[in-house]
Amino acid sequence: MNRRDSIKALGLTAISTAVILEACKQPENKTEAVATEETAKDAGREQWEVDRDKNLKAETFFTKHEMATITVLADIIIPKDDVSGSASDAKVPEFIEFIVKDIPEHKVPMRGGLKWLDVYCFNKFQKPFIEASAEQQISIVDEIAYPKKAKPEVRAGVTFFNRMRDLTASGFYTTEMGVKDIGYVGNAPNQWAGVPADVLKQYGMENVKV
Amino acid sequence: MSDFQIKKSPTVYDAIIVGSGAGGGMAAYVLAHAGQKVLLLEAGQNFDPRLDSHQLKWPWESPRRGAGTVRPFGDFDASYGGWELEGEPYTQKNKSEFEWFRSRMLGGRTNHWGRISLRMGPDDFKPKDGLTDSWPITYADVKPFYDKVDRMIGIYGTVEGIESEPDGIFMKPPKPRLNELFIKKGAEKAGVKVIAGRGSVLTEALPNNNDRAPCFYCGQCGRSCKVYGDFSSSSCLVNPAIKTGNLTVITDAMVREVITDKDGSAKGVSYVNRKDLQEYQVNGKLVILGASACESARILLNSKSTSHPNGLANSSGVVGKYLHDSTGASVSGFLPQLMDRKRYNEDGLGSVHIYSPWWLDNKRLNFPRGYHIEYWGGMGMPAYGFGGGVAEMNGMVPGRDGKMKEAGGYGKSLKDDYRRFYGTGVGMAGRGTAIARESNYCEIDPNMVDKYGIPVLRFNYKWDKDEILQAKHMQETFLNIMKEMGAVVTSEIQGGDTNYGLLNPGKIIHEVGTIRMGDDPKKSALNKYCQAHDCKNLFVVDAGPFVQQGDKNATWTILALSMRTAEYILAQKKKQNI
Repeated sequence: MNRRDSIKALGLTAISTAVILEACKQPENKTEAVATEETAKDAGREQWEVDRDKNLKAETFFTKHEMATITVLADIIIPKDDVSGSASDAKVPEFIEFIVKDIPEHKVPMRGGLKWLDVYCFNKFQKPFIEASAEQQISIVDEIAYPKKAKPEVRAGVTFFNRMRDLTASGFYTTEMGVKDIGYVGNAPNQWAGVPADVLKQYGMENVKV
Repeated sequence: MSDFQIKKSPTVYDAIIVGSGAGGGMAAYVLAHAGQKVLLLEAGQNFDPRLDSHQLKWPWESPRRGAGTVRPFGDFDASYGGWELEGEPYTQKNKSEFEWFRSRMLGGRTNHWGRISLRMGPDDFKPKDGLTDSWPITYADVKPFYDKVDRMIGIYGTVEGIESEPDGIFMKPPKPRLNELFIKKGAEKAGVKVIAGRGSVLTEALPNNNDRAPCFYCGQCGRSCKVYGDFSSSSCLVNPAIKTGNLTVITDAMVREVITDKDGSAKGVSYVNRKDLQEYQVNGKLVILGASACESARILLNSKSTSHPNGLANSSGVVGKYLHDSTGASVSGFLPQLMDRKRYNEDGLGSVHIYSPWWLDNKRLNFPRGYHIEYWGGMGMPAYGFGGGVAEMNGMVPGRDGKMKEAGGYGKSLKDDYRRFYGTGVGMAGRGTAIARESNYCEIDPNMVDKYGIPVLRFNYKWDKDEILQAKHMQETFLNIMKEMGAVVTSEIQGGDTNYGLLNPGKIIHEVGTIRMGDDPKKSALNKYCQAHDCKNLFVVDAGPFVQQGDKNATWTILALSMRTAEYILAQKKKQNI
């Protein structure tokens, strides 16, 4: 296989793994013949992984109210700006619904944190968080979004918001929209020729050799 | 009537190999190419990188965005396995915390490994400090096989002439990334040498090989390579061996024990099929174990008979003992100078671009042996966990307006911070020599079997002050390098209470030494050709035979030793000695 052939093969892979499966069929090899029977979608997965994903997707963890609260918070953390859309545009709430089932350590802190937020908001504004006005919501977020200056009595809220912020970032920057926003331009066949000359110059690294 | 039966095959193979990783794969390759009829048993399922790799997938193609929930190194990593396997437990003794990584798949752990390919040096085989036993072989004995492995599989690097870090037959190394230039500069100020990495990735076409294509720089070796641009046993050894027509592979074959004849010689292997749960027995003139250091020891210890009451190849009692894994500790942070950096593709290749071989003289240190340093950082593909540190980091450096910001936040300003910090990350980890000690071992736990009814391993492993002081030295060195390169450290500062960040044994996945070779049958299980002293037609080709590992990763030495053993087998067969 020469370079052109292999890159061509990879290009095809993205369109249709089935084509590659067909091209690589080696009927004399017993174990590979078994592999070609696998559906393209599940290639490279153990059966228990496939089953586990299916089961997780069939479950629902968050209530409608909790999902609505997550959506408001996620869009406060990552709003639309000149470069890209908001967290909910990138379906971050749906990701959070999946990931708490996948990593169950998130379940109690998320559920409990959302509840803490509603109770705190209710005591302050006599409304659950999603029914509070935008200014009221932001006033509460301001109390819990800055760990170092937050008051000790809202510590639980800070811990919750840290987790919510991290899950939102994970969910957003791993979408097509987020990857484009952050400017990751790899994941494609190329030739690595080293740091571009203008960048070397910018950092004064022209003469550093390994 | 019970339908329990053991299915016995009438075929007698020239050799039965257990395990298809680096050691088993190489033995299969050499023997099958020499016309031997070989049976290879693999406990896991079939895996071919061309078909099964997750190379070039985007994070959104994983519902968990690449998180390590089901696979310890992330959802796209090419390992069917991990430190915990459902239904295959292991136990601990004396509060040991040994962690045993197993990949159940064709090619084993070579599908996902870091491809860092270092030779052990003359002093690694024959240590001058007298602290550990010498190998029964020298670097000069192994060098021709390292050379052949280099030519056959391909490795990049630079000729440096460092005695303890022997040069190989190298392809061109990859160019350093930007953060690696900062590392080079900073490390040199800290007195630490940095040289080009050494890895088994094809940076050039491999002569006389039409099955493998050169690297196209996606940086994803850990996912395994669809064009076979890097080394994995499945793509480079087992598949070519199958093409000779001399190799039969049976996957999902979990080996129970080696069957011996009345005269004590090996005559075959019994295994349970993981899919149909039926019992099988296969026969061969030779049995070669390459199941991994601990799994091969387990098989030997479980192969008890009247001729081998202590387990096979274990009249010395050393099987399972002298278990050692590389030490590991790390530091990470970010380079404020790289904030708002220009975007371009710097994926590079998926093994190391640079590293620091051990550079100090132990006479001036309070611990023996040493470690090498591996480095990372840059503009990687986002995955689960992305941006996790930004909310703390944004309080450590001035914002765009030159004023310090309150750490944390939300909204457009936070979104801007994610962009500003992207690609500034940098880190380093040491991989060092752990001393092979008789008191660190695995043995059969008499009280427990796995789901196949096979008695499981129990570990007894304790780090000594040699390893702890080495980790302390790593921490001091890393912090010094970080300071000299102008980096901000964000990882926790490790002190004596955490053994200076020294990871649990087994965590580096370089465990070796459980079936050691030696000239004295009373003190070793194997002779210098990895042939059992007690059983002439039994060989071990994984990292079990290692007497003492250097700070170098085990794989290149496993490959060289397995090739050497396979050639010895062919020569002995010719002389009709086995």
